[in-house]
Amino acid sequence: MGVGRWLASRLASWPVYRQITGRDPLGRGRAAQSPRSAGLTARIADADRVAKSVCPFCAVGCAQRVYVSEDRVLQIEGDPDSPISRGRLCPKGSASTQLVTGPQRARKVLYRAPYGGQWRELDLDTAMDMVADRVLEARAKGWQDVDERGRRVRRTLGLASLGGATLDNEENYLIKKLFTALGALQIENQARI
Amino acid sequence: MGSNMAEAHPVGFQWVMEAKERGARVLHIDPRFTRTSAHADVHVPLRAGTDIAFLGGVINHILTNALDFREYVVAYTNASFLVGEDYRDTEDLDGLFSGYDPETASYDSSTWQYETVEAGPDDHAGASAKERSASYQHGSGGPKVEGGSGRIAADPTLEHPRCVYQVLKRHYARYTPEAVARTCGVSEELFRAVCQTWTANSGRERTAALVYSVGWTQHTTGAQCIRAGAIIQLLLGNIGRPGGGVFALRGHASIQGSTDIPTLFNLLPGYLPMPTPEHGDLAEYVDSVRADQQKGFWRNADAYMISLLKEYWGEHATADNDYCFDYLPRITGDHGTYRTVMDMVDGKVFGYFLLGQNPAVGSAHGRLQRLGMANLDWLVVRDLTMIESASFWKDSPEVETGEIAPERCRTEVFFFPAASHVEKEGTFTQTQRMLQWREKAVEPKGDQRSELWFFYHLGRKLRQRLADSTDERDRPLLDLAWDYAVVGDEPQAQDVLRRINGVDLTTGRAVGGYTELKADGSTMAGCWIYSGVYADEVNQAARRKPGREQNLYATEWGWVWPMNRRVLYNRASADPAGRPWSERKALIWWDAERGEWIGDDVPDFERTKPPDYVPPEGAVGPEALRGDDPFIMQADGKGWLFAPKGLADGPLPTHYEPHESPVPNPLHGQRGNPTRKIYGRADNPSNPPLDHEVFPYVVTTARLTEHHTAGGMSRTVPHLAELQPELFVEVSPALARERGLENLGWAHVVTSRAAVEARVVVTDRMRPLRVDQREVHQIWLPYHWGSVGLVRGDSPNDLFGVVVDPNVFIQETKVATCDVRPGRRPRGPALLDYLAGYRRRAGIAEPTVLTTGPEAGLPHTEEDQP
Repeated sequence: MGVGRWLASRLASWPVYRQITGRDPLGRGRAAQSPRSAGLTARIADADRVAKSVCPFCAVGCAQRVYVSEDRVLQIEGDPDSPISRGRLCPKGSASTQLVTGPQRARKVLYRAPYGGQWRELDLDTAMDMVADRVLEARAKGWQDVDERGRRVRRTLGLASLGGATLDNEENYLIKKLFTALGALQIENQARI
Repeated sequence: MGSNMAEAHPVGFQWVMEAKERGARVLHIDPRFTRTSAHADVHVPLRAGTDIAFLGGVINHILTNALDFREYVVAYTNASFLVGEDYRDTEDLDGLFSGYDPETASYDSSTWQYETVEAGPDDHAGASAKERSASYQHGSGGPKVEGGSGRIAADPTLEHPRCVYQVLKRHYARYTPEAVARTCGVSEELFRAVCQTWTANSGRERTAALVYSVGWTQHTTGAQCIRAGAIIQLLLGNIGRPGGGVFALRGHASIQGSTDIPTLFNLLPGYLPMPTPEHGDLAEYVDSVRADQQKGFWRNADAYMISLLKEYWGEHATADNDYCFDYLPRITGDHGTYRTVMDMVDGKVFGYFLLGQNPAVGSAHGRLQRLGMANLDWLVVRDLTMIESASFWKDSPEVETGEIAPERCRTEVFFFPAASHVEKEGTFTQTQRMLQWREKAVEPKGDQRSELWFFYHLGRKLRQRLADSTDERDRPLLDLAWDYAVVGDEPQAQDVLRRINGVDLTTGRAVGGYTELKADGSTMAGCWIYSGVYADEVNQAARRKPGREQNLYATEWGWVWPMNRRVLYNRASADPAGRPWSERKALIWWDAERGEWIGDDVPDFERTKPPDYVPPEGAVGPEALRGDDPFIMQADGKGWLFAPKGLADGPLPTHYEPHESPVPNPLHGQRGNPTRKIYGRADNPSNPPLDHEVFPYVVTTARLTEHHTAGGMSRTVPHLAELQPELFVEVSPALARERGLENLGWAHVVTSRAAVEARVVVTDRMRPLRVDQREVHQIWLPYHWGSVGLVRGDSPNDLFGVVVDPNVFIQETKVATCDVRPGRRPRGPALLDYLAGYRRRAGIAEPTVLTTGPEAGLPHTEEDQP
């Protein structure tokens, strides 16, 4: 490398020189950029897919874009196409990436036995079978063909459910349908709160 | 009012800010000065629980000064209809309406009916209706009025003393600016400024919008708060018009959806009521839901119900077996979440599912919630993360006091990790009834599953276990249509949505809307109000045409029920002749040449029915709707200023004091809502009213921007936990002096239920109000904390008891009385002694015998009713 080129490259690494000679006279862009920040790319640059989604927190219904690479969520951002939110997200919505990828997410079924002092892991299918058995048992214990006045009611008061406002319409539909077919009535959600 | 939109719904608030930049005036009426107040032109602090007194004052101002939008009111509301001669108002009965039964604390509403309408059997008032929260069942169609399709005696001059307009005028005459000031603690000057701004910005050329949140609903008078707002908006012509409306800002992504497609005890999808034992067959059920001689689309409730039964039981549901109507379990009273939790405490409930909800923190009276869960055979919790309601047996406050010990707690607990919103596909319904489809971004990990997966497979396993059963009680489960499309092992949400939309069984095609549903078993539809979301075999909720490429109503983004109509009752945006009320406020109008309604929104009216249409004699249902009846779901086609039916606590909103209040009712002899449901029992004590010694202050709660409800989706997320790490209580400088509270020091708030400790924030945002010659101090806390998560603390919902609105059974957690003391609360068993001391000093005997009101002097009798 000749001295001239060496000098030019040293000069070009000096922000003030770039600010005076380049196209960034206010020094707020490229002139002030360090080699490190010049090498950075947006988190979403590596995304191979974008899923269109909706914020899971409040009921405003802000649209989200979920950037995905190899079945991993890279980043969740507001969708500027939305006529509701126009790309904006509040602090909660902006924390959606962490909500779905953070270390707090549980991945294993846990079980606490009666009078037990701690959780232990349980196989998913075993847990499903145990719940199915218990549903039938509680249903039977609380079953009423008629009420105390002898009127036909065909129901069970042995089991209850709470939740639905954070779930999908399709999920609420199946929950209500299944419980109704079981004769269970005490099915409620946050809309009562 | 009753909303802190800037902090609780910040992205929605951008539209308020934009309107303000264009010249709109923003009024914020709420107990606490918040960021919403900071952006408003006027902030009006008022005493928590006095919103109806304030709104009643506005109604009085409108009527006294004849500021109503007269043409709109006469044509589109029931202002001119005559009320029957036997009706007695709160003016006549010192705070009660005619028909009150103190034994059951409920009303027989037959005297509230229109003069020329037969009252008939009352399915929607009285003790039994109240016990099943029947008012909640009018979410899509108004209460039935037999004869609503015929001629109703009316006086279009609005001068007849028994016309609704005059009844309204007399009812609100005592809500003067002076009375508002004395009740709400608002200066007359500020009150008049609100009236002036509201009325000046309404009418032919202008409209005003009203926004509320749980600051209105979480009261023993919650439903009537919203009624009062709706009366003002109807009087001013602000319903069905652009820029008008009454907006509920709801707090969960699909809480509107879980109301429409209800996981609620008293509803079936589309606000069809759950049947009772009185409904011997389908015909009796349909007759009780809608009137034969009534107007509007709710007249076709039989088609909606039969289509639902066809979706539930498929080919097994036939005309010969009443479409399996008999398979539906019957409700006989209150099976709501609070009643159920008390039944858990009493050992009557054995199993409990919690699905993305955390009642140990999020429901009123947390101690009762946790003691209920500690007395189950089993509990299933499905959530994204570990929450208080799953781990109550080892880390709840009751473990600290010794009331729950793991080695004595028999509840078997299953925790299932749930799939998040990006790990499954499906629709949320947001707060303006818009369904938006979410694509699946990634697969869930480990044992994480969707609720769709969980319930589909649970149903499958249950059916397998009972496959050989001959027990008649198992028929509904075995005959259930449980044949949704499955890919891999995941049921397909698209298929569920398509069947919610409905299918014509003769062609196999998705129906285009609810008007295509039939009462002959030839259609199926899971939720009639969602019919149209899959019109033309297209998932309309997945539409994403950018907003900037559309008009303001953006009708090609998502899908709004009903029938993609964005502004409900928008026929009212045009005058009776079908012309826009003004150029500025045009939305839809009648195009005589084309013979149809056109405009910027989808018309919420029969598209080709002309404005001068007069129904033939004897017409019923949609055919009976005149060309100028905009309220097409109402039995009489009109907006109801006066509700002749459908509410448990009166045809007109009336100010009652909160259940726990430091002052008598300044307006009426009747202190509290005479029909509120108290659940009087030893473990649900109430602070005595008018107590200025033991519980002298008013406490209210709300949310922070950075946290979500009970904290399961925010206190566990590092960024959000860091932004709002600790529970605090806001007090005024005057109260801080009175009680010796130091800014950033500790204090604890005490009620007869709990003591909750928090850091003190001394701030002018809270200010004492002058009410009924007394100074009333209010304090405020956010309610998100609990014993699990990255940031922990006491749960303010523990402070509240369970007392509910009689219409909808929502609890009064926006106002109670309390004490506040410096320092931290006692710990361990000492806390129980401390609270017992408070109860003793307040004269709360155990077991608590409460009354429907001190003036009634009668024991509370709801408790033992079937």
